[in-house]
Amino acid sequence: MHKIVSQNVNFYYGEFQALHDISLSVKENTVTALIGPSGCGKSTYLRLLNRMNDLIDNTHMSGTITIDGNDIYDKHTNVDDLRKNVGMVFQKPNPFPKTIFENVAYGLRVNGITDKKIIEERVITSIEQVALWEEVKDKLHKSAFELSGGQQQRLCIARALAIQPSVLLMDEPTSALDPISTSKVEELIYELKKQYTIVIVTHNMQQAGRISDNTAFFYMGELIEYDKTKTIFTKPTKKQTEDYITGRFG
Amino acid sequence: MKTNLKKIREKVIESVLMLSSVTTSITVILIVFFLFIEGAGVFSRKPIDDGFLLAVAPSNSVQKLSPAQVKDVYDQKIKNWKEVGGADLPIVLFRTSDISDYYTDEELGENFENFPQKINELITKTPGIIAFFSETYKAKQFVGKELDIDKITISKFLSGEEWFPTAQPIAQMGVKPLIYGTLWVSFGAILIALPIGLAAAIYLSEIAKKKTRNLLKPLIELLAGIPSVVYGFFGLVIIVPLIQSTFNLPVGETALAGSVVLAIMALPTIITISEDAMRNTPRAMKEASLALGASQWQTIYKVVVPYSASGITAGAILGIGRAIGETMAVLMVTGNAAVIPHSFLAPVRTIPATIAAELGEAPNGGLHYEALFALGCILFIITFGINMLVEMVTNRKSHKKH
Repeated sequence: MHKIVSQNVNFYYGEFQALHDISLSVKENTVTALIGPSGCGKSTYLRLLNRMNDLIDNTHMSGTITIDGNDIYDKHTNVDDLRKNVGMVFQKPNPFPKTIFENVAYGLRVNGITDKKIIEERVITSIEQVALWEEVKDKLHKSAFELSGGQQQRLCIARALAIQPSVLLMDEPTSALDPISTSKVEELIYELKKQYTIVIVTHNMQQAGRISDNTAFFYMGELIEYDKTKTIFTKPTKKQTEDYITGRFG
Repeated sequence: MKTNLKKIREKVIESVLMLSSVTTSITVILIVFFLFIEGAGVFSRKPIDDGFLLAVAPSNSVQKLSPAQVKDVYDQKIKNWKEVGGADLPIVLFRTSDISDYYTDEELGENFENFPQKINELITKTPGIIAFFSETYKAKQFVGKELDIDKITISKFLSGEEWFPTAQPIAQMGVKPLIYGTLWVSFGAILIALPIGLAAAIYLSEIAKKKTRNLLKPLIELLAGIPSVVYGFFGLVIIVPLIQSTFNLPVGETALAGSVVLAIMALPTIITISEDAMRNTPRAMKEASLALGASQWQTIYKVVVPYSASGITAGAILGIGRAIGETMAVLMVTGNAAVIPHSFLAPVRTIPATIAAELGEAPNGGLHYEALFALGCILFIITFGINMLVEMVTNRKSHKKH
């Protein structure tokens, strides 16, 4: 069963075509890594999955993307509901200038949950899920900015998990973190796979190799190759993929 | 040789730059100094014209009258000495010009040389008299009793409720109506401008398409460039009649008219500054909120507005600052009645409008002139306080970011 199915997706920033005819399907409860050199369109593709690109003026897309069989670009699709189901973690940790607790509670509050008990329960569960509980349990009501970069990023993941999405998009979530924080986040991703379908953009080849089940290689807005991670890294069929993976360019 | 020349040139440029900044600073300090020196002068003076005196009969037990009492006496609101603590005796008013009611020109002499003597006579025979005349007519053996007049004090100046700086015999120097007028008009202006300005700023920064924004923003900024007299003219021709007919008033020149005109004038400041603050909200914050399923509106009021709160506050305070100091437009539409306002539909007079309207007719160095400078000091203190507040608010903002 495929969770996310994109067919013949083209995407344009004004006149510039950023994605060419991307067809890509993602299975449920897998980690899919999107790799490729800067500007290859992998982040653009990721941001199509929760319609984040809608925020950018003067863009348009063609083709279809379905999640659980629903066309997310259908005009009857509620974008807010879509984003509730498709969580996102950004490149740089971006907690709100609020307390640790309120950061995680934010998504619940904006989705109309007012019951204090439920909010507290979910906040705690989410923080535990990202293995941050021991580190923050005594300062839940202090500013999230007091945390280290790695802790902030895990808090942002907890924030995304609190509203119980089924898909988690991660846009280079460890690129701003130190190696220890990175390995913590990677372990976390491995854990989260059991419950969520994860699509992750990464610049780090080893990371893609370590954590993903499938890997898609993007180049110049085209999907060059998409296969099991193991296959991509050991016997890529395309020359460009091989060149990129072996570090000949990129 | 060449490097020497370069060094000299740099030195010259450096000193020119330094000179400019020093001159500016000194000028500012001098202006403030001058303002306060002139303004402080009013507090060492009596509210009676130089060289004039108020006298009563020697038998009168009243020693002194407050400025307000003197005014009431001369307005004939007080008609008997017992009302001000004296004997039961009707008050007889006397001004220099009244002398002809009592004596003929012959009796006074060709050059009024008998004037002092006749006044002595008049005071002796009229126990209920209060006389106001020039000291040149005061006889060497003056029989009357000069009334003691208090100097103007800061507290009386601030708490006095009447502003008649040219009243005879005693000037009424109460700035309370002017301060109230200023605050009412400014407060009203901000009450109108803040919601509209905030709404416009939110629209421009968060909702409007780039094209719309590029069209509207310069238009709004253009509002700031219109001379204030044009706003006043607009207010006088459009807003004043509109208020008059809407509320069915005898005159439309009211505090409300001033507030509306000032609100329009403060809008560009409020919109521009708060819009800039909102656009400074990191994109990452907005995206984080939207990615959590928050609607655009939730994102605006839960993330964008709190994040830019200090910028919005700064915009609002600067807007008030502009409103408080604004002169011309307000002068034209508020009706300029120096009374303590009890409603937005009453005419008021603001401090800057008072200075602008009266400075031309106040004799240089006189009491009135100095009183207007004291008003200027009050205005300066208010706007200085506001600027300090802005400084504090924006400082807090930069604090929060680190």
